[in-house]
Amino acid sequence: MRKVAIIGVGHTPFTFAAEKSCVELFSEAAMDAINESNLRAGDIQAMFIGNVLGDFSEGQLMVQSYCADDIGAFHIPSTRFEGGCASSALAIRDAFIWVASGFYDTVLAGGVETAAKMGTPLATRTFAMGHDSHYEYPAGLTFPGLFAMLAHLYSSKYNVPLEKLKKQMALVSVQSHQYGLHNHLGQFHKEISVDDVLKSFMVCSPLQLYDCCPFSDGAAMVVLASEEKAKELTDKPVYIIGVGQSSSGKLSSQKDYLPRIAAREVSAKQSYTMAGIQPQDVDLCELHDCFSIASIIAAESLGFAEFGKGGELWENGEAAIGGQIPINISGGLKSKGHPIGATGASQVYEIVHQMRGQVEPERQVEGVNIGLTDTLGGDGVVCDLVLQKGW
Amino acid sequence: MEYKLTFKEFNDALKKDKLLGLKCHDCGKFTCPPKMACQECGSTNLDIVELSGTGKIVTFTVSYVPSEGREPEVPYTVVMVELDEGPWLMGNLTDIDPNNATMEIVGRKVKLGPRSKVLPGDAYSIGAKEAEGGFARPTFVFGQGSKS
Repeated sequence: MRKVAIIGVGHTPFTFAAEKSCVELFSEAAMDAINESNLRAGDIQAMFIGNVLGDFSEGQLMVQSYCADDIGAFHIPSTRFEGGCASSALAIRDAFIWVASGFYDTVLAGGVETAAKMGTPLATRTFAMGHDSHYEYPAGLTFPGLFAMLAHLYSSKYNVPLEKLKKQMALVSVQSHQYGLHNHLGQFHKEISVDDVLKSFMVCSPLQLYDCCPFSDGAAMVVLASEEKAKELTDKPVYIIGVGQSSSGKLSSQKDYLPRIAAREVSAKQSYTMAGIQPQDVDLCELHDCFSIASIIAAESLGFAEFGKGGELWENGEAAIGGQIPINISGGLKSKGHPIGATGASQVYEIVHQMRGQVEPERQVEGVNIGLTDTLGGDGVVCDLVLQKGW
Repeated sequence: MEYKLTFKEFNDALKKDKLLGLKCHDCGKFTCPPKMACQECGSTNLDIVELSGTGKIVTFTVSYVPSEGREPEVPYTVVMVELDEGPWLMGNLTDIDPNNATMEIVGRKVKLGPRSKVLPGDAYSIGAKEAEGGFARPTFVFGQGSKS
């Protein structure tokens, strides 16, 4: 296998209902990534695009094909990845494998979504299509409902009183908004307090509004190249040194592990093993905080805290800049926003910008050599990517 | 290889308050809802069995924000039940005011209630012939030995 580098990245603002189409948002992010790579669209040999709900939000299937054509990458193979909220992470992992194998030298990968456009009822309905449609949706399962059940399960399984857990969860959201305030690409620019979280309206008990990420529109894309090609095009390559991906069945089928997500532990282990690193080697992590409890659960499975103690990372400032493992300094899905098909690529964008020292000074993490992205789709499709600064 | 216990068969039985599952010849454990392969060992050597429909609540949520088309349902209580035979099954708890559902209900015994509710299909499940007449929702009530 060849070494593979990220040589250029692009990211639209993440917003409430956009007045641009999926193709337009994609093209803006894609051209930024391509221009930054010192390439032209015609140099891209293949495209891998995450998009989940373009058919529902815009009546558009085959968006991958229109996207390729839109930027002038005529007739190249372009493939859509649908892995729920992990779609673009899956796309990047597959793109990595194709370049590592030697089949392609220069590819474009990432994702785009316009979910906010749909409004809350339709977005809630279509997101819930990620659950088991026959056996679990009928009972009224929604995405906040899933993580709400995991929160109650976490409380009882680890014997953390719900009141204490809810405060830890609130601190996750508070930190995300604290850093998100400074992310010019983010959806929210507003600090919130623990009190704000605990007074916000109940979505699915025990999750309140500020425990939940928003519906968002936006795109993020990255250019991947072989090591040889990367050295010709940039003096700041970011290498993908470990990848992992795993899948799961419906929530009830995960009974032996919950509230742990077994797929995450499989995926994370693959990525750590391939990279030859341990959790303590990670300098910066962007993880899938679709809900506040999801951050705590993810941090534990990624090896940053003991099971049942993940919330202490936020209580003790260990997930903040200067802490043991800075987590979601972008503002995370909670504050930056979560256009589901684009989220994995957005996490990668953040790590690359942090390594290059290109983020706003208020949220710059110094000395990032190894970064980890963790992206979760549906009830348990997980993809983890380990990135290493190449200069 | 033919599917041993299809959704249609499971769903039709559940509408008559009969909970079907699969028992594995190889490991002796139960799978419910049904699948092609045993949830525990992956074997396809399975027999259809009727399950007791009794178990205990392992977790729950009360949902206040509905999916499109389900606005009249909120608030409603979703429970995950560990059946006495081992599998977990998601359903609704109907004999509690959702606004009173707290952590106190975790661990309480429940049983499949009479008259399981049915979710009619919507525009997105119009092609689901296997769910003709709607999707049965396992509907639980507090059971014997459950302190109220």
